[in-house]
Amino acid sequence: MPRGFDIKHYRGFYTLTLLCLFILYAPLIIVMIYSFNDGRSITVWQGVSLRWYADIFVGPEAEKFKLAARNSLIIAVIAAITATSIATAASIGMIRGGNFRGKPASFALISLPIMVPEIVSAVATLIFFSAIGFKLGILSILIAHIVFCIPFAYLPIAARLQGIEASYEEAAQDLYAGRWATFRYVLMPLMWPGILSGFLLAFIISLDDFIITNFVKGAGIETLPTAIFGSVKQGIKPNIMALSTLMLLVSVLLVTLSFFVGRRQDTNPTTNTEDS
Amino acid sequence: MAAGTGNGRTISGTFAAVRGWLLLPSWLTIGFFLLIPVLLMLVYSFLTKEFRGGVIWEFSLSAYDQFLFDRGLFGDDPPRIEWTYITIFGRSIAQAGGATLFCLLIGFPTAFFIATRSSHTKVIWLFLITIPYWVNLLIRTVSMKFLIRDNGPLNEGLLWLGILDDPVKLINTNFAVQLGLFYSYLPFMVLPIYASVERYNFVLSEAASDLYAPKWVILRRIIIPAVSPGIIAGCILVFVPSLGAFLAPDLLGGAKTFMIGSLIEEQFKGNAGNWPFGAAASMILLSLVLIVLTFYARAQSRDQV
Amino acid sequence: MIASDQISAVTLRDVRKTFGDFTALDDVSFDIADNEFFTLLGPSGCGKTTLLRMIAGFESTSSGTIHLYGDEIAELPPNKRPVNTVFQNYALFPHMTVTQNIAFGLQMLGWSRSEVDARVREMISMVKLDAFVARKPSQLSGGQQQRVALARAMAPRPKVLLLDEPLSALDLKLRQDMRSELKRLQRETGITFVFVTHDQEEALSMSDRVAVMSAGTVQQIGSPAEVYNKPENRFVADFIGETNLLEARADKVQGDTVTCTLPDEGILLAKTNHAVVPGQAGTLSLRPERMTLLSEKPQDDCLKGHLKDMTFLGTDTQFEIQLDNTLTLNVRHQNSDGNELQIQSGQPVYIRIAPNAARFLVS
Repeated sequence: MPRGFDIKHYRGFYTLTLLCLFILYAPLIIVMIYSFNDGRSITVWQGVSLRWYADIFVGPEAEKFKLAARNSLIIAVIAAITATSIATAASIGMIRGGNFRGKPASFALISLPIMVPEIVSAVATLIFFSAIGFKLGILSILIAHIVFCIPFAYLPIAARLQGIEASYEEAAQDLYAGRWATFRYVLMPLMWPGILSGFLLAFIISLDDFIITNFVKGAGIETLPTAIFGSVKQGIKPNIMALSTLMLLVSVLLVTLSFFVGRRQDTNPTTNTEDS
Repeated sequence: MAAGTGNGRTISGTFAAVRGWLLLPSWLTIGFFLLIPVLLMLVYSFLTKEFRGGVIWEFSLSAYDQFLFDRGLFGDDPPRIEWTYITIFGRSIAQAGGATLFCLLIGFPTAFFIATRSSHTKVIWLFLITIPYWVNLLIRTVSMKFLIRDNGPLNEGLLWLGILDDPVKLINTNFAVQLGLFYSYLPFMVLPIYASVERYNFVLSEAASDLYAPKWVILRRIIIPAVSPGIIAGCILVFVPSLGAFLAPDLLGGAKTFMIGSLIEEQFKGNAGNWPFGAAASMILLSLVLIVLTFYARAQSRDQV
Repeated sequence: MIASDQISAVTLRDVRKTFGDFTALDDVSFDIADNEFFTLLGPSGCGKTTLLRMIAGFESTSSGTIHLYGDEIAELPPNKRPVNTVFQNYALFPHMTVTQNIAFGLQMLGWSRSEVDARVREMISMVKLDAFVARKPSQLSGGQQQRVALARAMAPRPKVLLLDEPLSALDLKLRQDMRSELKRLQRETGITFVFVTHDQEEALSMSDRVAVMSAGTVQQIGSPAEVYNKPENRFVADFIGETNLLEARADKVQGDTVTCTLPDEGILLAKTNHAVVPGQAGTLSLRPERMTLLSEKPQDDCLKGHLKDMTFLGTDTQFEIQLDNTLTLNVRHQNSDGNELQIQSGQPVYIRIAPNAARFLVS
């Protein structure tokens, strides 16, 4: 297509963008394709089959995966709910609490889990649990995940709340709503998309976490990532590729969900002052 | 006090009055389960190691000493500089720097391209870039390992196409680790730059063009300075996690590509570990990260003036 | 002024508001009468919005009292005050439909379902939004959002309706339509309106009375004609409409008529609101449209100068006249057939000033 002079157009940027997407997707797509390979070898293509998907559920490692998946889900659900509740309260305190002296310090503390490298958090948490004699297991993983998930839940919720003008709350009060009614019928529904995407974010982060879990899980407890890691250490087997593909699809599903929740036009508090 | 606060009758006044209670759960959780642990880790780095893992509560500088000096097998030789760990840290910094550079080279044009699309297609491009980030990092790294291993699809494909005569050795090389880091954190580079370019006012480009500047000069002299906060944020977001990365070097690298993350991890696995040394290495890593973040915060506050 | 036996809608006494070192309102006292369209007019930062927010309950007073129909309201939270607000950007709840927005206040007041339904229907037909009841605010135009905001605030039958620059987000044509609409609504409902604006044209065209504010104090309260024709001071004369301000000295005083001398020794009769003593210095305000330009010297008193520049403004033409020294005056003539002035730049002209057109203001 011939194009005239376009100040925003730079030659080669389009190609590099495609290259960027190619690099991001190629390994994932290759693994997805090979997860349908019928052969026992991961190298030679032997036709399409779902045998490795069946293998996850009924094969020799099925019990291990089932347990790991159950652990992962339990931890992710509880950690995400807890972290989202804590983050919601914190964001109201930070964004609607006015100016106060400890505000920067408070923000630093809330973002500490993302500032500190994950492996350092893992080491510190392990040392802490061992020093106080806390038994490593599901509970220690759960605590560590809650801490790690708080800032991830906080950021979208706080961003959403920041975008909600205080005049909505004033309007509600002006229309005879008490504090609780204002919170319940106006602030909460407006914050809801932020809370939901904060929850989903925390959920995915918890589900995906490997490093911290690996340090504080204790012997005998596995989550899906640690189970996969243990398995991959002995070499990539086809059932791992099938499992990875399933997990990948779950992640994509959740992100797509969160994406559409965040984009719901009618609940967007910033669009209603536009003139048509 | 700012307008509307401190007034207990309005809802904002109510929130201001109870903000301590609203913030308390986050303070307690993070303070108790992360801030105190990090401080405890600092204490541990000055303790004496116990041989089956764990520590003896006795002050010792040996963790830091071991990091810097070699005193021989029995610890009584005259100290010589111990290069092993310094090399590992140096390699980590170099790898993280390299990954940051590659991410910038691919990420900037991508972010720029996406930010200049129409508002409908923009959303789709952005969505495509973010999806891989949400896929489990372990799965992504394993996929990369699968792709580039000696007789993996990449080599097979290149052999089949006749581009190669013998498979090229990728796995367990520095390049593989670099590729893994690049692959892990690329979306972190694209998103902040995208946000900056979106805010950039292209009237400035038109003004520069009107004043006879060619496009690439506009890019260098006008656009890049204007979007530099996004570029710096992107670089930090790639560099910091790369520095302490564990999965990419562990799965894609080998003994010669050892990085800080693996060094730390080794100290806490099994009986061969050395907790004070692991704690000391973690402290050094944390200090490096804090230095980078402090510079970033400084640069940011200077931008705002 | 307000009769003392009638209870005012809003009574402000020595209302003061400080933010740190900054005094937003400096001991403001006045009354707003029942059933009045009252406007707070002033430049941004003059304290008019702060005053409105105090009546609504979003801002507390630093000192002073506010009464609403005789009741002190300082301790009442906004949701206990029988006043409603039309917010500057409307603050329509984005997650609710038009109907839900209008019904919100009634539901909070505990009205029954059927009462709410009936009142909402009534309000919707009042603001002519019948076709849009199921829409969300983001699907409405600016003018429609404005109507919803009005309906929502008026639905609970407030004793006082507060309007915070409600027209500023609309374009010119719509703004002019909404002026008469607002006036109609105020007449029909009999609700006391307190309207905040920085737009003098808006204030003059709608209000029963206007309070002109500047720097946290009320400069003048009066009917639109009073504040325009009889400005209290230099600020009011300058802020409302266009005027020529000249330094002058009072020579002779007879009742409200002052004979004053301009720096160029020209002599002029002016009216004043103040008790002026001979010899007092002050400012003369001369409205451009109250002066007549003549190419021939008339019989009566006039000022002499020559034409410096003229600008065509559509309905009017504006002439810039250089008096015989450094002073310049702007004079406006309405353009109509047979009224064209045949003068050229540099030509001498005479300015006749109508009686009552000049006001002597004490600085």
